[in-house]
Amino acid sequence: MSLLQITDLHASVGDTPILNGISLTVNAGEMHAIMGPNGSGKSTLAQVIAGHPAYEVTNGTVTFDGQDLLDMEVEERAWAGVFLAFQYPVEIPGVTNAYFLRTAYNEIRKARGLDEVDPMDFIDLLEEKLRVVEWGPEVMERAVNFGFSGGEKKRNEILQMAVLEPRLAVLDETDSGLDIDALRIVADGVNALKRPDSATVLVTHYHRLLDYIIPDVVHVLVGGRIVKSGDRSLALKLEKQGYEWLTGAAVGAGA
Amino acid sequence: MTMTSTAPVTPSVARDLTIPFSALAGRAQLAEGPDWLLELRRAAFERFAAVGVPTTRDEEWRFTPVGALATRKFTAIHESDPVRPADIAPYMFGQPGWPLVVVVDGRVDVSLSSLLLLPSGVRVGSLADAIGEGVPDVEAHLGRHAAPDVTPFAALNAALCVDGAFIRVPAGVVMPTPVHVLHVVTGRARDGVIAPRTLVIVEREARASVIESFVTLADVSYFTNACSEAVVGAGAWLEHVRVQREGGKAWHIGLSRIDQDRDSHYRSFTLSLGGKLARHDLHTKLNAPNIETLLYGLYLAQGEQLVDNHTAIFHDHPNCNSWEVYKGVLADRSRAVFNGKVLVRPEAQKTDAKQTNRNLLLSDDAKVDTKPQLEIFADDVRCTHGATVGRLDEQQRYYLSTRGIGGRTAQALLIWAFVAEVLAEVSVTPVREALEAIVHAQLDALIA
Repeated sequence: MSLLQITDLHASVGDTPILNGISLTVNAGEMHAIMGPNGSGKSTLAQVIAGHPAYEVTNGTVTFDGQDLLDMEVEERAWAGVFLAFQYPVEIPGVTNAYFLRTAYNEIRKARGLDEVDPMDFIDLLEEKLRVVEWGPEVMERAVNFGFSGGEKKRNEILQMAVLEPRLAVLDETDSGLDIDALRIVADGVNALKRPDSATVLVTHYHRLLDYIIPDVVHVLVGGRIVKSGDRSLALKLEKQGYEWLTGAAVGAGA
Repeated sequence: MTMTSTAPVTPSVARDLTIPFSALAGRAQLAEGPDWLLELRRAAFERFAAVGVPTTRDEEWRFTPVGALATRKFTAIHESDPVRPADIAPYMFGQPGWPLVVVVDGRVDVSLSSLLLLPSGVRVGSLADAIGEGVPDVEAHLGRHAAPDVTPFAALNAALCVDGAFIRVPAGVVMPTPVHVLHVVTGRARDGVIAPRTLVIVEREARASVIESFVTLADVSYFTNACSEAVVGAGAWLEHVRVQREGGKAWHIGLSRIDQDRDSHYRSFTLSLGGKLARHDLHTKLNAPNIETLLYGLYLAQGEQLVDNHTAIFHDHPNCNSWEVYKGVLADRSRAVFNGKVLVRPEAQKTDAKQTNRNLLLSDDAKVDTKPQLEIFADDVRCTHGATVGRLDEQQRYYLSTRGIGGRTAQALLIWAFVAEVLAEVSVTPVREALEAIVHAQLDALIA
């Protein structure tokens, strides 16, 4: 059975339709890349999976591990194992990274009927996870994303992903704005966290990230629809030729 | 001794509003005491009779109606319900060895207090005892800082006060631990007025930390009219933590008045949680150059509570800094009032004053009236202020819920993030941790 099954998904913000019938199947162990020009609906798809209240699903279904994802609250999706790495991670002044991560970790454990982990044991667990993003423990005493550089914010998203060990990670433009070192750290983190029972969906505008992370499937989103799917060679073709040949096709298809 | 009947005739409105307190004042004036004290009480009541209980037509009391105090029949409190150490155990701070003055219904209870292990020359204990012993500092300072003309309730307190705490730290002495003055109200205080006064003298280059807390052991209606005055000597350091967590039927009106000398440092943290109506005025007067004064405050209100903080910083001399941050969290139909006055006199050049008041509303029915009041007569100064009233950030809530932190847990975490900034300013770690626990418990009740 597929881990994520999206069928004919339509979604709007207010009266503006953004997703116009997306169907997508992601199996455990797979890495999918969703590419497309600006405004094609990539980030909307990521937010609809996470459950952002601003997007209204007008048609279609999203099933995660056999459950109706659209029927679940945002936190319930996290408890079930869905994780969204934000394009613009939110700053929370006054809450340390350590407290935030421990609370998230324990909320998810509680929801799964597991015992909470005390602060000392959590520190041990963190040490290992910090290595994934090549960070020292001092970052844990900083307020969540507050005063972080753009690259630090993205690394912090990967750290959260490492700690929470989601079954489905959706990375929304995690590569945008990163310098080459930060990009390498983020990509190494994503590769290190790959598991046979989990899947990753990379939403990206640029092929650059795909030099570091090898996707199993590449989809191209244009006008709120997947207009093309293929293997890694599709990304390479996009790198050479851009999106024009596909946007033209979409316009043609719609005409 | 002079009786209240000799008080000068005053305008009838004000006079009527003081009637409930006349008998109590008369009784206080019949109490034994040195002439200077009796004169202080007499003059104080005269002052109170002249100004009366303020009304909402008074700018200082515009949003805080206390007129009901004038129409109630307050009774004198002759004795208290017995208080056992176990009753006050939940309200302790720090370690058992810390100096503790327990004031029960306005009178110090020596048996509950803990006054051992004081450094040489330090005095901590009952104000009435210090008066009885003729300690010269008391006559020199009592009622001179929180003087009867500062506020009507400072006058009333001086007229009615029978006891309270007296703390004196001699020049150069560093107090190793904070002193806790615990005001306890028992069921016998029903319909009564409690008027404790605290006098703190921190002499030149001495260092002290004083916690004043106000708690209620029985859910009765009464009126706490508290008054504290502190003198911070040249180069001295005083941290002042004030925790008001009285019962839900209590009226609390308090004044803290601080006089600071050259090169001194005063930092206050005011936590207001309890009471039906709670008002605190905090005045710091900077009487010489190069003084620092830091005022932090936190108030949490729910139900129909009204919490009012008025602060006034008097920049009378050059090169002084004041830094003020007050924050509030309001649930249900509660109301908060904040008024921050900063007065910079012409000679107070190079003043650096910053004031911030931030409020978080958890309900559509909660309300805040916040007003900075900067009066600046010097030209080479830096004075800023900012006030905000807002709600929990929806983006932050969403971000937390994508990490599995939803509902009340997310709410509690974000409110905590909002309040933690001011709590962090309490410098004594065990005190800060105790306050954090108190605030945590209160926030749980707020969002329940």
